[in-house]
Amino acid sequence: MDAIYILWLRQIKRYLRSPARILGSLGQPILFLLALGYGFGAVYAKAGGGNYLQFIAPGVICMSILFTAVFSGIEMIWDRQFGFLKETFVAPVPRLHIVFGRVLGGATVATLQGVIVLLLTFLFGFRPEHLWLLPLALVVMLIIALLFSAFGTAIASVLEDMQGFQLIMNFMVMPTFFFSGALFPLAGLPPLLSLVAKLDPLTYGVDALRGLLISSNHFPLTTSIGILTGVMLFFLLLSSFLFSRIEL
Amino acid sequence: MIEAKNLVKKFGDFTAVDNINFKVEKGEFAAFLGPNGAGKTTSIKMFTTLLHPTSGTLTINGINPAVDPFGVRRSFGIVFQDPSLDDELTAYENIELHAVLYGVSKNDRAEKIKMLLNFVELYDRKDNLVKTFSGGMKRRLEIARALVHEPTILFLDEPTAGLDPQTRNHMWSYIEKLNQERQMTVLFTTHYMEEAEKFARRVLVMDQGKIVEDGSPKELMERAQVPSLEEAFLKFTGHGIREETASAVDQLRQHRKAWGAKR
Repeated sequence: MDAIYILWLRQIKRYLRSPARILGSLGQPILFLLALGYGFGAVYAKAGGGNYLQFIAPGVICMSILFTAVFSGIEMIWDRQFGFLKETFVAPVPRLHIVFGRVLGGATVATLQGVIVLLLTFLFGFRPEHLWLLPLALVVMLIIALLFSAFGTAIASVLEDMQGFQLIMNFMVMPTFFFSGALFPLAGLPPLLSLVAKLDPLTYGVDALRGLLISSNHFPLTTSIGILTGVMLFFLLLSSFLFSRIEL
Repeated sequence: MIEAKNLVKKFGDFTAVDNINFKVEKGEFAAFLGPNGAGKTTSIKMFTTLLHPTSGTLTINGINPAVDPFGVRRSFGIVFQDPSLDDELTAYENIELHAVLYGVSKNDRAEKIKMLLNFVELYDRKDNLVKTFSGGMKRRLEIARALVHEPTILFLDEPTAGLDPQTRNHMWSYIEKLNQERQMTVLFTTHYMEEAEKFARRVLVMDQGKIVEDGSPKELMERAQVPSLEEAFLKFTGHGIREETASAVDQLRQHRKAWGAKR
C-alpha cells in the first residue's frame, strides 16, 4: 500500500509543479467554450435546443479529463525511457501495485483538471441545475478519469517509443472525443453515427455528467454509470495485464 | 554471494548469454568487462531479476531469484547504465521514494537519507529538483539511493560513463569505501580499462555471451604478457568493432534530444 501511495503522490507532485502544463491544457477547453459555446449558441437556440453553452460544458469537462488521463498514462513511455520504470521494477514491490499507483495518480490528476475546467465553465456562464448533485458528478468524473488513465497506461505498456503517439491521438483519442456526443445531442443521429457513439465509452461519461449537471440525459443514469464502470474495470485489468508483461 | 551455473539467456535465435559459470564471494570487488553486445547488461539484468534466464540457475545472496525475486531485490542495490531518477522530484524525494518502495521503516528514513546524502556530498542540494543536477551529481545521487535499503551487493552498470575524471575518482572512492568498510560485494561493468585495472580485484572478461577470462588484473596482464589491462582486454576479445543495433530506447533518446529536451 505504501508503494501505491508514494507512486500516486509522485504524480500529484509532478502535476502541481508544472503550472505551465496546467494552464496550457486549459487553452483547449476555453477555445471550445468560447468558439463553439458562444459561436453555435444562436443556431442551437433557433433549432430549439436551448442553451448550447449549458449543453457542451459537461462535454468540454469530459474532454479535458479524457486528454489529461490518456496523456498521464502515455507519459509512462518517458519513465521507461528515462529508466525510472526500471527503478520501480527492481524494487520488492508487485507490479500490480506499481500499475495501480500510476493509474490512480493519472486519474487523480485528470479529475483535478476536470474540476478546474468545471470551475472555469462557471466563469463562462454555465450553471448546474442541482448543486447538491455535484459530489456525484465528481464521482462520475473520477470513473472517466480512471478509465482513460488505465487505457493510456495499457497503450504505454505496449508502445516502446513516442512514434505512435500521433497515431493514438488522431485515431483513438480524438474520435473518442468527437463521437461521444460531447458537442452534439445523441437524439436523431444517422444510424451509423448513432452506433459509433454507442460503442464509445466516453458517450456514457458525457451523458451521465449531463444528466447530473443539467438533467438532460439520453440514457438512464444507472445504465451510463454501469457501462462506464464496466469498461473502466476492463481497462484496469487490461493495463495490469499488459504492464505485468513489460520487459525492459 | 553471486553464483551462476550454466546460465543461458536467449532472445529468439540469438544467444546473449551462453552458458556462463562463475562465483563471486562476499566482499569481492569484481569487474565485468567486455565489448558492446558481449552480454554484460543482459547478465546484470538477470542478476537483478529484470530478466528470467532461459536455463541454468542463479543464486544471489543465497537466494534463487526464480523462487524469491523480492528476497533477491531487497539484497542488492543497483546503479543502472542510464540514469533512472525522476527529474521532476528533488534529490531527497527520489531517495525517499526508493526507501518507501523498499519498505525502510518510517522512523529510520530521514536519518538514513541524511547520512547517505552527506556521504555523496549532496545534502545541501537535497531540496533541489534533480533536473538541475549535472550528470555527475545524478550518478552520486543514484549511488546514495541504491544504498538506502542497506543492500549487501552493489551492481553498477557503467557507472562512470560520460563523467569527467574528477567525478569518476570521487565515485570510485565512495564505492571503495563501501567495499572496504561494509564488506559490500561490488560487481561493476565499465569500458574504462584503467578503472578496472585500478579498482577491481577480480576481472571477468565476457565476449559473445561467454566468460573468456577470469582473474585479478595482474593475472590477466601476465597471461596476455602485456603491461596494461587494456592491451590484455584487446588481446582476449580481438580488435574488431562490434555492431549493435540501436534499441527503441536509444532511438527515442535521440528523438527527444532532437526536440531540444535537456538531459
